[in-house]
Amino acid sequence: MSLATFFEKLDRRWIFLAMGLLVLFPLLFPLALPLFVSSPVASFVKAVDSIPDGSKVLMSCDYDPSGIPEMVPMTRTALRHLLDKKCKVIITVLWNGGPGLVDKVVRKVVDEEYPDLKYGVDYVNLGYKAGDEAVMVLMGQGIVNAFPKDYRGSDTRSMPIMRGVRDYSSFPMLVNISSGYPGTKEWVQQVQARFHLPMVAGVTAVSAPEFYPYLQSGQLLGLLGGMAGAAEYEKARGEKGSATRGMDAQSLAHFFVAFCILLGNVVQWTKRRRAGA
Amino acid sequence: MKRELPLFLTAVIGIFMILSFFVPHQLVSVPADFLQQCAVIMVAFGYVLGGANVLRVNFDGIYKQKPGWIYKIVLVVALIATVVVGAVEGPGFLNPGTRSKWIYDNIYSNMSATMFALLAFFIASAAFRAFRIRTAEAGLLAVAALIVMLGRVPLSNALTGWLPEWARLQTVQEWIMEFPQNAAKRAILMGAALGVMATGLRVILGLERSYLSGED
Amino acid sequence: MRACGVPAPAPAPAAPPGVTAALVAVLFLGLIVTAAVAAPPEPPSGLVWQDVPNDAGRAVMLEWKPSPADSARRVTAYVLERATAPGGPWTFVDSVTADKHEKKDQGVRRNTEYYYRVTASGPDGLTPALSVTGPVMAKSEWFNRTRWSVLVAIAMFFAFVLWFISQAQAGKKPFVRRIPGIDAIEEAVGRATEMGRGVLFVPGIRDINDIQTVAGLVILESVARLTAKYETPITVPVTYPIPFTIAEEMVKGGYLHAGRADQYDPNSVRFISPEQFAYVAAVTGIMLRERPAAHIFMGAFYAESLLLAETGFATGAIQVAATANVHQLPFFVVACDYTLIGEELYAASAYLSGDPKLVGSLKGGDLLKIAAIIVVVVGCVLESGHIHWLTQWMVTQ
Repeated sequence: MSLATFFEKLDRRWIFLAMGLLVLFPLLFPLALPLFVSSPVASFVKAVDSIPDGSKVLMSCDYDPSGIPEMVPMTRTALRHLLDKKCKVIITVLWNGGPGLVDKVVRKVVDEEYPDLKYGVDYVNLGYKAGDEAVMVLMGQGIVNAFPKDYRGSDTRSMPIMRGVRDYSSFPMLVNISSGYPGTKEWVQQVQARFHLPMVAGVTAVSAPEFYPYLQSGQLLGLLGGMAGAAEYEKARGEKGSATRGMDAQSLAHFFVAFCILLGNVVQWTKRRRAGA
Repeated sequence: MKRELPLFLTAVIGIFMILSFFVPHQLVSVPADFLQQCAVIMVAFGYVLGGANVLRVNFDGIYKQKPGWIYKIVLVVALIATVVVGAVEGPGFLNPGTRSKWIYDNIYSNMSATMFALLAFFIASAAFRAFRIRTAEAGLLAVAALIVMLGRVPLSNALTGWLPEWARLQTVQEWIMEFPQNAAKRAILMGAALGVMATGLRVILGLERSYLSGED
Repeated sequence: MRACGVPAPAPAPAAPPGVTAALVAVLFLGLIVTAAVAAPPEPPSGLVWQDVPNDAGRAVMLEWKPSPADSARRVTAYVLERATAPGGPWTFVDSVTADKHEKKDQGVRRNTEYYYRVTASGPDGLTPALSVTGPVMAKSEWFNRTRWSVLVAIAMFFAFVLWFISQAQAGKKPFVRRIPGIDAIEEAVGRATEMGRGVLFVPGIRDINDIQTVAGLVILESVARLTAKYETPITVPVTYPIPFTIAEEMVKGGYLHAGRADQYDPNSVRFISPEQFAYVAAVTGIMLRERPAAHIFMGAFYAESLLLAETGFATGAIQVAATANVHQLPFFVVACDYTLIGEELYAASAYLSGDPKLVGSLKGGDLLKIAAIIVVVVGCVLESGHIHWLTQWMVTQ
């Protein structure tokens, strides 16, 4: 059997195995490949840096456990960035599978790295509310009206952090981390376009191309695309988190997919040449 | 009346919501806000309806012992157990230490992430099997895809970091993403937006009645 | 300049008169200097108001000139207060940092008179307000003047659509190019019938509020008619309850229109789960266990698109897909036999039904697209010539 025929008839489970090993290897033996910060990520960092210290910032984390590898590193780094600027962070979650995960991420960062911060004073998780875009519009009429109770069931009206928070005009920026619908596109359409709230976003790698028009038009001030964007953000902040570690695995995976494309075409050309001959 | 009333309501509410985009006056904005809030309530209620449907369909399958009925038992037991546990634990049901949180962290979270991770394997097999360069355009697409795929990972920095900045894979992929890709995406976005407008208009004007029932 | 109220010390007894006077003078000068440094900042001036336009009368914009002490950094904040009468009582509205000299008050009631005053606050206290401005009244507007461009576009769209519908009803049915993906649906159903297997129809994973789901369900009715005609089983797994009930009606309606109402199976439409990956696990399970010979994916899809398409490919089924989620199209293109791109999904119902009114709406959309292209080209030329009126007219608030 020729090599071309061998590859043509190859059981796809061998490809799965190769992919699995290539992803596993750098997780066990890190390659520490160099990272450069791209301009959408640099813009993201610059935009968050421009938020006045001590401001109240709205952060919407719209993802669920399927988005952990890409979204959680972005959330952690963005949260650290804001807390380092002494900002008060008000978190919402518009995915029903997300509040528990987001709460876990936020608690871990705050409890381990900012133990002096108090829930309800320096940060709050307003939790999930059903309604997708309708919730975004409702928040424009009043954040507290939209979320009378927070994720833990406490009354938001009495919280120190919510004092003086009316609607989107109470925030200098929205930091949105989203892995699908409802997410960045809906925030741009319903909130940025209507209320002109400055906005930055972290999205999945597969949907990042969709948001470049918004970045170019200025509707998004910065964009993190996938785990690569999260890793570049970590680098810009001088951190070495899970995204940076994951980039070694992603590098090998990308090269393997490129190799599969080329190999598949070589096999096809060889077959066609044989058929022609 | 069974079809006329929903059509009339659709037209009136649809036109009213379009109007609310242009008219900030309280005579329009207050009812529009109320309708938005109603939408939130209806979506929340839909989950109750969904749960009832799942139970009905699966109990029927278990009773008639259809193929895979054992898995239907697993589904029903899991659904009821999760709802009961969450209801017993009350509003803080996802606080650390609760049983619901345990279910979420150890079952739901992991299964969801696992399913998503399958994509990595399927992308590789699809790339090997189906990405065929048969025309010049497909060749151009393949070159662009390879540059963007490789340029987005740090391994490309290691390979081309020694080149002048304009020639590095990361720079080239940034250019592709910012210009040709952006232009095409914008065009598709505009076209899709017009398609949404057209379909929405058909629903509002009652030309598209399929959402009511299948009868003409 | 007012003293800070510290009493002068009693003169020391038996000191020479000249020294005493000098001491008193120095002390007095010291008090003056201290008072000068410790005094609250001068008040701001020039408080003016403006009704915020294009709203429902719930906001007023206030602006003022900074305090003279601002430049000496003796102001830390400006405090805005509001009352319904010129003499008070005053209610605190908000405070802004010293670098800001305007504030939008969004807590007013419409058509109510208010009076405002602004004071400066520094490390040494709060200065009284220089003046009160008012009466201020927020008014509700009937039209948001920044949205003219959107209104014009919608009006044009309505006009185009209604024109083509009237043309179509008068017998001039517009031409619509062939869409191979839609033509392939009948081929797919036919192949499933020949193989003695069923058809799997997936109407996307979004709820009924997404137009793609509506478009997918419309196509379902046509597919159900075909499966009824060929007596091929159809399976329709659905994510949300409302599309579930509509899908049931669509399939039932399809069977009714094909004259095979008795063959309708109520269990052909199955509610699965709104959870994305739970749904895809169930659907791939259906593909692998029941082995339908034709898969039709029509609606909104996200990350699960490749999982569905690749699993379907592995079972050897013929696959037709359509979605307007552009980022998922590459996966469908790679793994499916036919893919409808973006607007072709929305056009499918008009294409399948051939109804002149629906086809007319397609043409209206096409004409508006041509208008959009013209505006983009003209806009680019104008912007290149630093003429901004068109761009500014199209900016909305």
